[in-house]
Amino acid sequence: MPKLKVDGIEVEVPQGATVLQACEAAGKEIPRFCYHERLSIAGNCRMCLVEVKPGPPKPQASCALPAADNQEVFTTSPMVKHAREGIMEFLLINHPLDCPICDQGGECDLQDQAMAYGRGHSRFQENKRAVTEKYMGPIVKTIMTRCIQCTRCVRFAEEVSGVEEIGAIYRGENMQITSYLEEAVTSELSGNVVDLCPVGALTSKPYSFEARPWELKKTLTIDVMDAVGTNIRLDSRGRQVLRALPRVNEDVNEEWATDKTRHAVDGLVRRRLDKPYVRRDGKLVPATWDEAFAAIAEVAKTAGDSVAAVAGDIVDCETMFAAKALLKSLGSSLLEGRQTGMTYDTSSLAAVNFNTTIAGIERADAILLVGTNLRWEASLVNTRIRKAIKRGAKVWAIGPETELTYKVEWLGNDLAVLGNLPEALTEAFGKAERPAVIVGGAALKGAHGATLELARSLNLVREGWNGYNVVHFSAARMGGLMLGYAQKDGISALHDAKLSFFLGADEADFTKFAGFKVYIGHHGDRGAAAADVVLPGASYAEKSGTYVNLEGRVQRGNRAVFPPGDAREDWTILRALSERLGNVLPFDTIEELRAAMALDCPDLANEGLVIFAWNPPSLDTCAEGVMEGYPIKDFYLTNAICRASPTMQRCSAELVHGETFAEAAE
Amino acid sequence: MSVITSLTDKDRIFTNLYGYQPWTLQAARGRGDWDNTKALLDLGQDKIIDVMKASGLRGRGGAGFPTGTKWSFMPKTPSPERPSFLVINADESEPGSCKDREIIRHDPHKLIEGALVAGFAMRARAAYIYIRGEYIREAETLFAAVQEAYDAGLVGKNACGSGYDFDVFVHRGAGAYICGEETAMIESLEGKKGQPRLKPPFPAGAGLYGCPTTVNNVESIAVAPTILRRGAEWFSSFGAENNRGTKLFQISGHVEKPCVVEEAMSIPFRELIEKHCGGIRGGWDNLLAVIPGGSSVPLVPAKDIMDAPMDFDGLKAVGSGLGTAAIIVMDKSTDVVRAISRISYFYKHESCGQCTPCREGTGWMWRVMERLRTGDAEIGEIDMLQQVTKQVEGHSICALGDAAAWPIQGLIRHFRPELERRITERKGGGLAPMQEAAE
Amino acid sequence: MADAPQIPDEAEVRARWGAFAWSDESREKRNAILARYPAGREQSASIPLLDLAQRQVGAETNTQGWLPIPVIEYVAREISVPYIRVYEVATFYTMFNLAPVGRYHVQVCGTTPCMLRGSDDVLAACKNKGLIKGKTTPDGLFTLTEVECMGNCASAPMVQINDDNFEDLDYDRTIAILDALARGEQPKAGTQEPGRHTVEPLGGPTTLTAMVNENHDYRSEWNTPAVGASA
Repeated sequence: MPKLKVDGIEVEVPQGATVLQACEAAGKEIPRFCYHERLSIAGNCRMCLVEVKPGPPKPQASCALPAADNQEVFTTSPMVKHAREGIMEFLLINHPLDCPICDQGGECDLQDQAMAYGRGHSRFQENKRAVTEKYMGPIVKTIMTRCIQCTRCVRFAEEVSGVEEIGAIYRGENMQITSYLEEAVTSELSGNVVDLCPVGALTSKPYSFEARPWELKKTLTIDVMDAVGTNIRLDSRGRQVLRALPRVNEDVNEEWATDKTRHAVDGLVRRRLDKPYVRRDGKLVPATWDEAFAAIAEVAKTAGDSVAAVAGDIVDCETMFAAKALLKSLGSSLLEGRQTGMTYDTSSLAAVNFNTTIAGIERADAILLVGTNLRWEASLVNTRIRKAIKRGAKVWAIGPETELTYKVEWLGNDLAVLGNLPEALTEAFGKAERPAVIVGGAALKGAHGATLELARSLNLVREGWNGYNVVHFSAARMGGLMLGYAQKDGISALHDAKLSFFLGADEADFTKFAGFKVYIGHHGDRGAAAADVVLPGASYAEKSGTYVNLEGRVQRGNRAVFPPGDAREDWTILRALSERLGNVLPFDTIEELRAAMALDCPDLANEGLVIFAWNPPSLDTCAEGVMEGYPIKDFYLTNAICRASPTMQRCSAELVHGETFAEAAE
Repeated sequence: MSVITSLTDKDRIFTNLYGYQPWTLQAARGRGDWDNTKALLDLGQDKIIDVMKASGLRGRGGAGFPTGTKWSFMPKTPSPERPSFLVINADESEPGSCKDREIIRHDPHKLIEGALVAGFAMRARAAYIYIRGEYIREAETLFAAVQEAYDAGLVGKNACGSGYDFDVFVHRGAGAYICGEETAMIESLEGKKGQPRLKPPFPAGAGLYGCPTTVNNVESIAVAPTILRRGAEWFSSFGAENNRGTKLFQISGHVEKPCVVEEAMSIPFRELIEKHCGGIRGGWDNLLAVIPGGSSVPLVPAKDIMDAPMDFDGLKAVGSGLGTAAIIVMDKSTDVVRAISRISYFYKHESCGQCTPCREGTGWMWRVMERLRTGDAEIGEIDMLQQVTKQVEGHSICALGDAAAWPIQGLIRHFRPELERRITERKGGGLAPMQEAAE
Repeated sequence: MADAPQIPDEAEVRARWGAFAWSDESREKRNAILARYPAGREQSASIPLLDLAQRQVGAETNTQGWLPIPVIEYVAREISVPYIRVYEVATFYTMFNLAPVGRYHVQVCGTTPCMLRGSDDVLAACKNKGLIKGKTTPDGLFTLTEVECMGNCASAPMVQINDDNFEDLDYDRTIAILDALARGEQPKAGTQEPGRHTVEPLGGPTTLTAMVNENHDYRSEWNTPAVGASA
């Protein structure tokens, strides 16, 4: 624990800390461009220079210098001031004076630091350098003349996303950042380089020229595009969400977000359901709330307790609980959320949970993936696996081979291999201190029991470590399971219901539902098209909601904007309908609803990680079946919001299908 | 001890410097190379390093760090997972420098024998000789010489019958001055762009492939066997205190007979030029200035250089440095601003682009220099340029920034009147006297 | 960005070079190159393999060779490194030609030591023979590049043409070399100064004169016996 002095303030920092971190510990601000906590240290911008004694008579890059005992650091000395002014001037000589038309304006490190540490005038009389723009794909817009060559984007691509397609070519003043041959970067995490870029060189293409940061309302909420539960901030102006940005949460998403999380938001203003519809003569026609409720009440009269509710992939717990309460009042508990027909055992939620936790998996030292395309199903868990590998973990996988961005020992796509694992694997798992198995949807049907048997035979669950993990990719899944949205026989148990409520459910096989179908949701997608009555609900951006992520973490998000037109928050629709059906639900406010939900499911009462007791069910341990593919066929089009998003459609066409075409052509 | 500053042939190390005789193993052996090298190794690692330290040899690549001391930084017990490496810097690219080329093409076995001795002393597993890509024929010779050494059992398994296994590999660069910086060289050897690394960690701790590594100049390595054979005292008998030994001087520019020659350290400039170069073109009165150590060091005006001892301390005393002992002589016909501006262009061209002050500063400095060359500037810009050089110097990751700044600082220090003259002349002002160094 | 070379049109280049593979001779060299680096460190071979590939392209096109994109990718696959990493290397080092060059790549050193000795005249000679910096002559024979210090300062000015250096040049000697090459002759490499051997002072060495005519062994003149001397 080195002890040193920063501007006379004595600080003690952990072993291995840098001088920059020591300065921060002393409360001193150190300007920087290339340094980033989550990337390797480049030390190339030279903005963080400080004076250090003892040392050479020149300033040192504090980001790269290890803190040591008895160092004296000066952050405001004339030497440091001169150095910062010099670097600032160099950074600006070839930087265009286009702040008024730059999307980074208002949240630009270069702008801010030029104000704080620069000289305020330029002595540069030569022509400024111009750099051609580089195509990087549908997400990242480039204005490379603004680039200050900090290489954050290059390091992110190499170190975090694992898609080495960004680099710095040429040298000296000709050095320029580019994607390989100016092709689209085939990463689902590419948008993060926009946040990382300290200047306006890499900006968000879909958001370009949309807004200035100071005119945006910022709402903290939770992303629903996958089951990771990325902590996000929605920036909105008026009634429109203009962008989604990740918030820092070390336990969940660190500070990253997928491109889907960031850019599906333009789907929030397209194909929206903004008024109720009732099917008349086979056609959905606009109706009043009253007419719509009347149509439902008519069916409810004769349905009795033959009522079902199907939860969609991105609904909040409040909606699911309200529907559950409504069904209960009608005498039914026909609840299911696994729209595609999954029937895995849910008697113990620990057996279907990501028990190691997202942050915990990066400490695993041996990992077996069973039937999961983790890169698409939980991209930000996938990046944690990359970190585990950096720490020395070895990874095996069973399933159709796919590019996961790291080295994997593929064991074929026949689940039967689980009964006959190669010796190298069992040996490594035997030696491992923190072994982990990650089971995906493709394997849950044929190998849930067999993987649970592995948990026993490979001793995955031990003191302080549970290495058994199931990956979900629906934001509503864990909350739904906790609220009882699971039938022993899965969704087929609901097919005969006389009245079915579809809560934003768009992935079910609607033809199997014989009865009357009510769709409560926000987009005119598959569910609405199949419904007899459509009630316009609110998207995740338009309601406060509780979500449980794949590791069992309860998180709450806030409403950023109001739903369009006549659309209402879903729970209020169910509350109003209950009144019409004659049995009023006992909550008038969201707080009352949550209190009732807490009684029903105490684990949902508080935010934070739910610990599910490890008592796995006894299932058939025989593994069988050849996995032909993974459940997600197109990363960018997994729910109604992204399907309505032009950006996601573009990403899909270019990055998923374009790639296929290109390969076919070769 | 009196200072010996001139050399006789019997005390020259590079006897085939001019390549009158073949470079081959047989010929090299005839000149004394590879003569019972096992006996040198039998001195043991510690003794070898002691001799090198006592010889006073300072690194011949420019920085002048004591070679024996550098070797002593290497781990005494390298682990098999992290073997030690010797990297030999043959990326000779400093304008004015052309000595390693002569060693490689005419006396390669001195280098290879030196690699074995040095590698053994630092307990290295192998040496990589990084030769600049443009030395194409030179590399061909080096590859062939290494093969000869392997075939004769001098390197490789049980090198020279010593029981020590030591490989020597040749690696060709592909055109980048910056790869002469030791950490950039390591990056390049690893197959990447030659961008210098941050220090710490230093190569002796984590260098090539993350393993302990020492990077030495060709000349430093090639003189080692002779030093060990003839003793530290012999070597240290040449040159002034703290500046011992013999040295390859490379004299280019406006002398009557440019050449490469091995002389004693601390030889006075005038003696060196008179003895080997046939004097200054047009006589000593015609001497304008000298860049005494390769393009990276500031120029020295005629009156200061004439009797300066050519060594580290002597040239430091006149505001410059010995560098690689690459002496660029300029007579009064020289457009001295253009000469320095061309060096500025060189640094702009060779900046790796990694860090801000060098990437941005070298281009800026060159452009201002070009305007100063033609006088298309304001007087105030001379001071501004001086300040810009101070903003680059000491702020970059490696020394290329410093190297780009110093020649300009030297020019402004000594030739400010010339710079001002061009500006006022272009503006139609009165004529100032031509191109005299400032007093 | 004027300095930065333009990467040639990709579709045509891919059609021409998409099937690039080592020739038998290159394959042997490639194996020797890879053997120089420890297992798992194949990336170290990026520069030598790019050079080898450029030379093979040169041999196949009867030029000094260049690195079409598919060839860069081939090398990247050889050493299991992402394309962008090898592409970075190819653009960083000046000896890799990113566009085709002529039969003879005329690289005139223009740095200060050569400048002081008359590299302007060398460039003037090139210009008068129709060579333009950065361009290839219409007959495909010469590509002219001004390069930075080539380390021949004591025999300046110089030009490197393909693998050979021509030193101690002036206007006429440069013209003579270019003319000879154009005629298909191979002029003598090295110094063009009559009577000069290499980098000794003109008119004969001032040192080591005994070496001129015999492989002189100076050891007998040493004051003290050498450590381990066999004699």
